[in-house]
Amino acid sequence: MRRLLISTLVVLSVPFAAVAETPEEKGLAIAREAQKRNEGWVDSKVEAKMILENKQGEKSERNMRLRALEVISDTDGDKSLTYFLSPPDVQGTALLSFTHMTTPDDQWLYLPALKRVKRIASANKSGSFVGSEFAFEDLLAQEVPRFTYKFLREEPCPTDEAKALSCFVSERFPVYENSGYSRQLSWVDKKDYQVRKLEFFDRKSEHSKTLLFTSYRQYLGKYWRAHVLAMENLQTGKKTTLSFGNFEMNAKVDPTDFDPDSLSRLR
Amino acid sequence: MRCVLVAYVSVVGAIAAHADPIDISGFVAVEARLYPAEPKVSTQHDDWISPSLAAQPELRWKLDDENSATLIAFGRVDTHDDERTHWDLREANWLYNAGDWDLRIGLGKVFWGVAESRHLVDIVNQTDLVESLDEEDKLGQPLVNLNVITGFGTWSAFVLPYFRERTFAGPEGRPGLPLRVAEDLAVFEDSDEERNIDYALRWQERLGAFDIGLSHFHGTGREPRLVPTFIPGGPVFVPYYDQIDQTGLDVQATFEAWLLKLEAIRREGQGDTFSAATAGFEYTLYQIFASGSDLGLIAEYHHDSRDAVAPFTIFDNDVMVGARLALNDTDDTSFLGGAIVDVETQTTLMTVEFATRIAEGWKLELEGRFFPYVADGTTEAAFEREHTFEVRLLRYF
Repeated sequence: MRRLLISTLVVLSVPFAAVAETPEEKGLAIAREAQKRNEGWVDSKVEAKMILENKQGEKSERNMRLRALEVISDTDGDKSLTYFLSPPDVQGTALLSFTHMTTPDDQWLYLPALKRVKRIASANKSGSFVGSEFAFEDLLAQEVPRFTYKFLREEPCPTDEAKALSCFVSERFPVYENSGYSRQLSWVDKKDYQVRKLEFFDRKSEHSKTLLFTSYRQYLGKYWRAHVLAMENLQTGKKTTLSFGNFEMNAKVDPTDFDPDSLSRLR
Repeated sequence: MRCVLVAYVSVVGAIAAHADPIDISGFVAVEARLYPAEPKVSTQHDDWISPSLAAQPELRWKLDDENSATLIAFGRVDTHDDERTHWDLREANWLYNAGDWDLRIGLGKVFWGVAESRHLVDIVNQTDLVESLDEEDKLGQPLVNLNVITGFGTWSAFVLPYFRERTFAGPEGRPGLPLRVAEDLAVFEDSDEERNIDYALRWQERLGAFDIGLSHFHGTGREPRLVPTFIPGGPVFVPYYDQIDQTGLDVQATFEAWLLKLEAIRREGQGDTFSAATAGFEYTLYQIFASGSDLGLIAEYHHDSRDAVAPFTIFDNDVMVGARLALNDTDDTSFLGGAIVDVETQTTLMTVEFATRIAEGWKLELEGRFFPYVADGTTEAAFEREHTFEVRLLRYF
């Protein structure tokens, strides 16, 4: 197994409107507001199950334990640790990611059979995460400066649980290198500033994937987290559903667990 | 050795009595080694196929946030080679994890280094060579290991109270050496033999794009000199284990899709003091040919200045080129192919590896090691017919 990863849970943001703003300013303001509402969770732990389904409906499953450490800084983003529980042949494999706003991210892979910690190239933003329809970049911390934004319109939110809410629809354009996308369309609700849907457009500007965020629950009276992320690849007919068990936030995760030198003692 | 085991069993017993989460995992494997060429040495078996069975049960106890115990056993039953029919405790240790420091006691395994085709710096564990010539299978090493994470890197200190001898194929085994290795006659420079206490210290730190490790080892060298000796019954190789001091440096620089790697050692105690180095890169092309596959291109240069008295190495002046293809599919399918070519003699060793998951919990691995060209009169000529192809089916649980 080679390319594992994950990260912080997708903390999406989107457009918010004010009066004499340009669509770009409004898009950025919405992203900032969403970011602001998500600050202060400190760290999190969650169990994740990923179900991969091909066109014929054949399924395979991966189980992971995720930990994230919030980093509030102008240059560095959050740190995340993905530990694989299954499939059994990759059990114990771990992926540690440090995200940065504009400079390349740092990633280390731990291979339990060899007891080897490997620093891996971080250029692989658009590659598949463990054979799923999620690319690495879909799962990394969605820090505000990683995109530029453009507000488009308002309309009712697209998921059932949020259909009573109104959503900001905006475009965002990756500014980090090696993205597989030319742009993304986002739906963010006006009430809680949570992303409800993302549409991904590939480098040829074709709509390639759609991601729905559902089963939102609130933690610590403040932080909303989607518990089901359903990604559909429109070009291949493949689907990946990522579902989360209960989040623990502000869970007193040991910061030294995010040190590459401690990966070998995780298990 | 026995003391270590008894102590371990009582620690594990005490922890198991509390019995919180005990995690049982591991694998069972059926393997067949295939030999396209007849052996050169008359004692070697001349069947074209050699099946074997292996198992590796793993038990982990997590008592609380600080204390955990690990037990990993490995065993193999081989059709032809009595030396390859063997078992080992890969790990049997207790870990106390205090966050910014931890202490591990028992049989353990550690890996140092960054390179792909040679692991120069990696010295704590003895190689279980009878398992694979790639030197990536290791015997469990009795150790007391303290690691401290500081603002200036991570410091690791090792006390290694017992030495493990390298395993070699038996006279029937393939791939094998021209003479039997008489492990029972092993000679140690130190009079304490296996009970000589070895020490190691390592510092590692990340400086931006650079991951740096600096290490020193003092004790019984893991690589034996194999000295041809006449004994009643015929000539054998007698392994000589010298007292050595080895300083190692490993550096990896990571720039986007480039990994630049360096490993270097200086070793005293086996003939004249010598140095050796491996330097190279891995460059990855992502999503090649509009597919989801990644292609990694690997090149490494090896140089080793040891003299003829020191243990033999094929890496005296060699270039390795290889490629790694990861399909990034749901089955984690991957290919690795490479060739190590001696710059002076052009003697070439080729390796190919393939792995894929064929069902949940089932993995298929293919591995080949071939000698397409071996120059006459070189030490490597002993291996020229030892091409080996392995098929392995693993069931993980």
